Amino acid sequence: MATGALRRTALYELHKAHGAKFGPFAGWDMPLVYADQGALDSHLHTRMYASIFDVSHMLQTRIVGSDRHRFLERLVVADLKELSVGSSTLSLFTNEKGGIEDDTIITQQHDSLYVVSNAGCADKDYAHLQQHAKAMQAQGADVKVQRIEDHSLVALQGPASQRTLERLTGVDLGQMMFMTGCLIDIKGVPCHVTRSGYTGEDGFEISVPADAAVAVTQGLLENPEIKLAGLGARDSLRLEAGLCLYGSDIDSTTTPMEANLVWTIGKRRRVEGGFIGADVILDQVAKKSGQRRRIGLVIEGAPARAHAKVLSPEGEVVGEVTSGVPAPSLGKNIAMAYVKKGYHKKDTPLKVVVRNRMQDAKVVRMPFVPSNYHKI
Amino acid sequence: MIGVLAKRYGQRVFGFSLQQKVIRGYVTKYTESHEWVKIENNIGTVGITDYAQKELGDIVYVEVPEVGMQTEPDTPVGVVESVKSTSDIYSPLTGEIVDANQNVVSKTKLINTAAETDGWLFKVKFSSQDEVDKLLNATEYKDLIGSDH
Repeated sequence: MATGALRRTALYELHKAHGAKFGPFAGWDMPLVYADQGALDSHLHTRMYASIFDVSHMLQTRIVGSDRHRFLERLVVADLKELSVGSSTLSLFTNEKGGIEDDTIITQQHDSLYVVSNAGCADKDYAHLQQHAKAMQAQGADVKVQRIEDHSLVALQGPASQRTLERLTGVDLGQMMFMTGCLIDIKGVPCHVTRSGYTGEDGFEISVPADAAVAVTQGLLENPEIKLAGLGARDSLRLEAGLCLYGSDIDSTTTPMEANLVWTIGKRRRVEGGFIGADVILDQVAKKSGQRRRIGLVIEGAPARAHAKVLSPEGEVVGEVTSGVPAPSLGKNIAMAYVKKGYHKKDTPLKVVVRNRMQDAKVVRMPFVPSNYHKI
Repeated sequence: MIGVLAKRYGQRVFGFSLQQKVIRGYVTKYTESHEWVKIENNIGTVGITDYAQKELGDIVYVEVPEVGMQTEPDTPVGVVESVKSTSDIYSPLTGEIVDANQNVVSKTKLINTAAETDGWLFKVKFSSQDEVDKLLNATEYKDLIGSDH
């Protein structure tokens, strides 16, 4: 997949010292599993205690200038004027056809917007942001897009996350809610911390100066409850949590309506539009149209993987699996799939084809595993 | 090492060449797709190698072939799945499935803990010695997977 040398994160040597097995991901050499922990162990450890995931390969950008909200609202579906300072939101970059170009977490900072998006889309997203920024600048707008390359991104995920970070910083995090962010000194290093993640568990994503990433990570690892975990566990955790993987469960051809992500479109934005592809997207929302829907499935028998066909009970092909895994925390085979509208309702019986066998499946609500976010 | 071997084979050394018989009675061969085949008379016992097990990680789902099934090269007869991926299992030998290990279906961990012993998958009764001869021997397989294994 990757050509040329793979990039390494600031934590590469630390992963290596912990016996990581690496694999290429979006041009980066990323840890998949560790010597003392396979993907399954890491998955269960994260749900029971907490794990550290190096997600430094993700794209971090900062958008500054007095027109930053007007600028970014042209590209994403979120209501950024309503988003209070210190709050984060999941949002979508859209295209002219109403498809999803990437998903992203945007945090409102007092002087800027902090945007984290997928490693696999990093170059595309950055070019997209720059191109539109230049166009607006040409019309006299005050906006600038800065790629943050001197910060690593470390995700601490699992129920032991809060006590671990509190012990290390002396900061009471009980009042810090899910999807909020703030600046916290960790081991004397100023870090931008958001209470978010990709596992369905409580946790934090820590943007730390790259030259201090090892020290901060080692600090977190001082708690024996904390272990490093790789991309293997990250995928099964996010799928159990019902969270989409860009490129598999959503892509440039899936619309927010089809992807069941209409909730990310801010109320004002649904009325005003003003984002790329708004005509298509808002028309679908108003008419509840769109050919297909993203659903969760529980499947009997063998695990179903991406591209497995989904059939109606009568044997008609009505869709396709986009991600599937034998869920470690459930002991069941789960999957995300797109099915023809009408077959997407909870408890609808369907069939999934695995190695030419028709296996019983049922539409279920996501998340598959109840989320454990810190909300009051 | 010698002490360990003496202990292990201790009782056999003074038998009627039982030790020799054990060594001569079977040979283990390997495939490029990381299956091992223990050849005893005209029966091949097949499993995945310890190297393959380590590469796959925790095995969570296994399918073994049905007894009586005829095997052909390039037609998968079983499957071994980790959380992340599915690997088809092929029979390296043409013939008939005469036994399948149901233990690994219910206890998939056996493949991780004992890939080349209790984690065997199936037994095939084969007719072509040529096919056996074409398989890799232990040294050739070691070369294939590299020196660090």
